[in-house]
Amino acid sequence: MEMAKELNTALVKRKKNGKINIKSGNKIDKVVNWTIWILGILTILAFFFFDYTGLNLERAITGTFHNLKVMFLEPTLNHFSWGEAFYQVGITLGLGVLATILGAIIAFFLALMAAENLSKPWLSRSVRVVVALIRAVPTVLWVLIFAIAAGLGSEAAVLGMLFHSVAYLVKAFSESFEEIDPGIIEALRATGSKWWHIVVKGVLPSTFTYLLSWTFLRFEINFSVAVAMGAAAGAGGIGFELFMASGFYFDLREVGFITYAILIIAIILELVSTRLKNRYFPSSAQTV
Amino acid sequence: MNEKQMRKNRWQTTFFFIVIIIITYLSAAITNFHFIDSVKTIPKAFEWILSNLIVSMESLEKLPQILDKLGETVFMSIAATTLAAVVSLFLAIMGSKTTKVNNFFSAIARLIASFSRNIPVVAWSLILLISFGQNSLTGFLALFVGTVGFLTRAFIESVDEANQSSVEALTATGATYFHMISKAVLPQSLPQMLSWILFMIETNIRSATLVGILTGTGIGYMFDLYYKTMNYNLVALITLTIIITVILIELASNKIRRVIL
Amino acid sequence: MSLLNVEGLSKFYDGETKVLNDINFEIKSGEFVSVIGPSGAGKSTLLRCINRLVDINEGKVLFDGLDVASMKKKELRKLRTNIGMIFQHYNLVPRLTVIENVLHGRFGYKSTLQGVLGMFTEKEKEQAFHLLEKLGIAEHAYKRCDQLSGGQQQRVGICRALIQEPKLILCDEPIASLDPNSSKVIMDYLQSISSEMGITCIVNLHQVEVAKEYASRIIGLRKGEVVFDGASQFLYNEQIENIYGIESRELITV
Repeated sequence: MEMAKELNTALVKRKKNGKINIKSGNKIDKVVNWTIWILGILTILAFFFFDYTGLNLERAITGTFHNLKVMFLEPTLNHFSWGEAFYQVGITLGLGVLATILGAIIAFFLALMAAENLSKPWLSRSVRVVVALIRAVPTVLWVLIFAIAAGLGSEAAVLGMLFHSVAYLVKAFSESFEEIDPGIIEALRATGSKWWHIVVKGVLPSTFTYLLSWTFLRFEINFSVAVAMGAAAGAGGIGFELFMASGFYFDLREVGFITYAILIIAIILELVSTRLKNRYFPSSAQTV
Repeated sequence: MNEKQMRKNRWQTTFFFIVIIIITYLSAAITNFHFIDSVKTIPKAFEWILSNLIVSMESLEKLPQILDKLGETVFMSIAATTLAAVVSLFLAIMGSKTTKVNNFFSAIARLIASFSRNIPVVAWSLILLISFGQNSLTGFLALFVGTVGFLTRAFIESVDEANQSSVEALTATGATYFHMISKAVLPQSLPQMLSWILFMIETNIRSATLVGILTGTGIGYMFDLYYKTMNYNLVALITLTIIITVILIELASNKIRRVIL
Repeated sequence: MSLLNVEGLSKFYDGETKVLNDINFEIKSGEFVSVIGPSGAGKSTLLRCINRLVDINEGKVLFDGLDVASMKKKELRKLRTNIGMIFQHYNLVPRLTVIENVLHGRFGYKSTLQGVLGMFTEKEKEQAFHLLEKLGIAEHAYKRCDQLSGGQQQRVGICRALIQEPKLILCDEPIASLDPNSSKVIMDYLQSISSEMGITCIVNLHQVEVAKEYASRIIGLRKGEVVFDGASQFLYNEQIENIYGIESRELITV
């Protein structure tokens, strides 16, 4: 092949050592590299800041393996019956359902205010700021705070869980609303329809299946949140039994049984929500 | 759409709402939840929050200690997420249909991910607490296990989305499997993966509070301590520092995301 | 001297659907051959059997006298370094630079570690720049591939194939996604590669006119069988009808 002997030096970028550079050195690559480096360094540093009180690594690891073996291979119920177990799982599911459904209703109205195509800019912005603030407080803190303020009970748990459900669903719902074909809204506006009319006749029918799917996806999350609230905030249900079995009775076999129960329900919920996702959100990797 | 179908649709919608109402009613019954009471408690609760959850000057004296524990929690979340990401990357490459070596390993990778994802973080923390005891490593491991499950699923999606055609092209040049992974698959899915990692760090800081309450570590432990001794000024201060931290991290990761995606 | 021998090649998918049926031909070094046929005739599969991106079910493919079907991993890599490939959708890595994509053509010569770390010699990089200059896209060397037009991306694809220093280049519908102007540019480059550099080219095309204009020899495929094999000037309307089926006559002459 006939080749020009000299490279066109104007086009070739070189590194400091004179070698030809093949990276573009654009902003994206730089930010990606920096992020990875910083995370790596912070991770290494983390292990120097950890509090290792009372840790015997060797015993801990062998102990954990032994415990896992007992838990998963010999699960039994000792402190309560099968019926009781179903009842407790029911409570946890119930807490999840209530937080999800009430959350969806509240989120629907807030999302109408947050969607840019249906609301005023100042309103949409303020709703978003409030939602961001709510999201920043961990659910367990909401539940615990409500537990003192409203007295311990399922009310505190549901109200506390409601906050994050609303925050999650407002984001998801308002994004669904914003994806509505503007033609539909315009056509209804042109006929002189009131705002409510637009919502009921235009917005709701064209987004209903999405709203339902998102609500179910949130229910999947709320189930594990409800387990956590039972364990950490005394909200009752299977989570509380898990906490008792491990922290009070030190009964690994029962911990194993409860873990299986949670696992089975979580997997069923995940299968359903994966099917929903593939059906209604084929390519969207949702970051909420 | 004819009239018959419309009537059918309307009937279906009604039926659907009836089912929802029944489920809600059953849930309320089993959990002993009273709608009216809970609506009534909301104003009372906010009143309580506004009059009790106040940061006092006194409580500020504890700030250095709180920040110390908060730092531990942030480090715990970052370390758990980053290390989990490394493991998830391997599992995702084994699990994705684009890059899998064979069906057996793919199934194993997906199984591990599903197992660690669907057992809640609470269960992991309680299980680990028994043998690891009350220290940072317990919280770290609990977050780590849960994160591996979540990130593997997310990474598998990212790898599947990477376009298959450049993989074919690289194979055609005589590239090896690892060439193909490192130069065709990773460059395409890395930004998406990084976005998931940032998302998971935010989530983990919130989960770390929960895990901390259960395992007696980090900021969760501090919160639990003052919550139980009813020192609400400190509870307020701790909550405030958590809010600020989470928002700062969210802002930073949104900034990064805007550039790389 | 024959570079490629295809003897009784058959390929099925799912055990029964026959995509290729008893294909026989021989290609000499330096030839510019076009494979034409309606979509679904098996053109893409035929090309992919030659560098074994798909496995061969029956028959033989001999490249430089070596049996492709029975090759082990290592031999297969060596075979693929000798065969460049150009794709309809260019198949570049979109987020990487043009120059990086061109250098991907060198992976066949690299150990795993060298490739993963992106260790390319200065000579290889210079070669990449020379090729980009030759194809008139050197000024885009540091751009991301997804910022280029289709015609430019295909030229990157050609550079990637050329840097392999191949004996044979397989082109799978290289102009099917391009506008007429870019198509002409690409076909001209492919022709000059064949005539100036002496690299054998097999080009899948669905445009008969283009095939007749550029190729010295045409192989017509219909339903997985060779129905025409000869110099392009002997491809008359009668043969075209035979390849594409009578009903599509109007489509071809338009």
